[in-house]
Amino acid sequence: MARIHRRNFLKLSGAGALTAKAGGMAAILASGRAPAYAQTTTVHLLRWNDFVPACDQLMRQKLFPEAEKALGIKVNFETVNGNDLQPRITSAIQSGAGPDIIMLFNNHPHLYQASLVDLSDVADAVGKDQNGFYGISKGNCSADGKWMGMPMAIIGAMNAYRSSAFAEVGYKEFPKTWDEYRDAGKKLKAKGMPIGQALGQSFGDPPTFAYPLMWSYGGAEVDDNGKVALNSKETVEAVKYMIAAWKDAYDEGGLAWDDANNNRAFLSGTVCSTLNGGSIYVESVRKAEQYQTADGKPMKDDIRHAPLPAGPKGQFGFHTFTSHVMPSYSKNQSAAKELLKFMHAKQNYEQWFTTAKGYYTPGTASWEAHKMWDENPVMKPFAIAGKLGQTPGYKGPPNAKAAEVLSKYLIVNMFAQAIKGTSAEEVVKQTDAELKKIYGA
Amino acid sequence: MAIIAAGTVVGAPPRRRLLEDERWLAMMLLLPTAVLLGLFIAYPFMRGIVLAVTDARVGIAGEFVGLGNFERLASDPIFYQVVWNTVLYTAVTTVFKLALGLWLALLLNRSFRGKAYVRAFILLPFIIPTVLSTFAWKWMFDPTFSVLNWTMYQLSIINRPINWLGDGDLAMLSIIIVNIWRGVPFFAISLLAGLQTISPDLNEAAAIDGAKPLQRFWYITWPLLLPVTMVVVLFSVIQTFADFQIVYVMTGGGPANATHLFATYAYQLGVGTGLLSQGAAISLAMFPILFLIVVVQLLYIRRVEIR
Repeated sequence: MARIHRRNFLKLSGAGALTAKAGGMAAILASGRAPAYAQTTTVHLLRWNDFVPACDQLMRQKLFPEAEKALGIKVNFETVNGNDLQPRITSAIQSGAGPDIIMLFNNHPHLYQASLVDLSDVADAVGKDQNGFYGISKGNCSADGKWMGMPMAIIGAMNAYRSSAFAEVGYKEFPKTWDEYRDAGKKLKAKGMPIGQALGQSFGDPPTFAYPLMWSYGGAEVDDNGKVALNSKETVEAVKYMIAAWKDAYDEGGLAWDDANNNRAFLSGTVCSTLNGGSIYVESVRKAEQYQTADGKPMKDDIRHAPLPAGPKGQFGFHTFTSHVMPSYSKNQSAAKELLKFMHAKQNYEQWFTTAKGYYTPGTASWEAHKMWDENPVMKPFAIAGKLGQTPGYKGPPNAKAAEVLSKYLIVNMFAQAIKGTSAEEVVKQTDAELKKIYGA
Repeated sequence: MAIIAAGTVVGAPPRRRLLEDERWLAMMLLLPTAVLLGLFIAYPFMRGIVLAVTDARVGIAGEFVGLGNFERLASDPIFYQVVWNTVLYTAVTTVFKLALGLWLALLLNRSFRGKAYVRAFILLPFIIPTVLSTFAWKWMFDPTFSVLNWTMYQLSIINRPINWLGDGDLAMLSIIIVNIWRGVPFFAISLLAGLQTISPDLNEAAAIDGAKPLQRFWYITWPLLLPVTMVVVLFSVIQTFADFQIVYVMTGGGPANATHLFATYAYQLGVGTGLLSQGAAISLAMFPILFLIVVVQLLYIRRVEIR
């Protein structure tokens, strides 16, 4: 066997590498274009960790690979905790670098308006194609006829409740008024199964509960003229109701809950009802064997949905809204817009929407009649979530000031503070003063 | 050889002579640190001051508003609660960390089997990434699934679950417990190092003279350990006062702001809501208080050392 010396080996392998390199270069030169990796645009998309994990999987494994092929781009899909989306967009805008598309909740796009790309061309085309946007979509994502965000979907907020438990205490149907709800909850709490309500500082369930409760008693942060009008006897009444009902009927741990806690509590059978998106039910269907009632039946067959009860001034709702925005620092704006168009093309959006099984209600009207809504009567109430419900800031518009109030959790904390022991009158007065600092006196 | 060398010195470039000058050399050696401090401490600090006197929001540079943000803070009930929370949190945890840390250090300073292992294990809470261990604590205090509640319930100590993180006072207690748990090893190890510099001769001599253990501690160990103790307390106070991770993970400042500290409230307004100037003003409000504490402690340390 011929011995190969170190020097010879180096010479040989060096020559080989050179040849290969030359061939590669020649090939690139011959083709007359740069190698693919230098040419591909990468679109970085930031969304939350979906409460319906199957939706994330669909995007990651099917929709985005298809988009990459169809559009000739690369998609960098990143997910974070929903409560971290705002910190992320703030730091991205301040540093002028970050994701090309960012998901936001509710009217938060108004907060970042000055740093967002106008998405009117994308939104107008989708609106035209799909029977127009609901008012809630326009309110949360547009101002002065311009779209600063592209509506993605509404997460309808309904009470998920255990029908058998309510029947046991004499409520064949879900309570219609707050007083009935408190009565039912009181009886169920005595049986060790209170109402569960998240009232911590979290983006979804706490505000979608606190705002409608206030509205249904006639309270509102501003009046019809946009002047701060929180400090009213109506708001005080709503807060007083909450103080008393919390002790009587609610799981008192709820002050520390975020959007995930109540799902876990409900699915483990410790609470009888909770305001939530459809994710509790969707999860109970997906893992029917894991989630069972105390007597060993699938919990999914016991779960029903109902809107929040009515107060003296009517019945109100506030549904969590989701959209995508594109910060103006993005260097890939046209590619990112193409990706948004791809996501909203009917055949693609439909796959995502049906995967959510009703957890997401589209922001355009044409989907109301989709056959998916007939698959499962329990999810049917969510079909029209887009038509109902007010936006934060009601009776005023959901503008940047209303977004600041929401983002600071002022209304949520008003109720939480009162439950903690501050008197209703005092806490409403304090919150009113805070609102005036934002809206101007 | 010496002559040649001397000759080259005469003709050497001025750079070399500069470095032979002690003042220049010192400056050159300090330069990297100065640059680092300037970039990562002084610049952000100045930037914070500039932000705090404008009405900057995310994406909008803002205009000069003087002390407007601070006036706003002065009428913000949440801010007063934040100040109280932070002072309480720092004071209570520091006392307990010092007492428990000192106790642990005294125990570890004795000879026993497996001393090296025990010393290593003691450090664990300090070594584990805070966010990770705090998540574990969060589950232990969880309103629905608390293992603490379950254990106490099984042992018939309680008959209904304790609402750890949902009750304002208990939530404060919870974060205080976690902070103490995390901080005791730092005190213990630092004080142990201090204890080991104290010559055993002194203690032995005192023992021969008939001093009891408590007297030996009070008249010999404690005075000699005091300088180290003061420095450790100083470090701890600064860190605890500006604490963020434990509260952010455990309660997010809730319920209803009951556990907000300076850092978490500043973060919520500045980064969470995008009100950069208001966030900066809150962080900056921490500075005079901390500055005062540090000056008082440093003066005290100097007095102790001179004595």
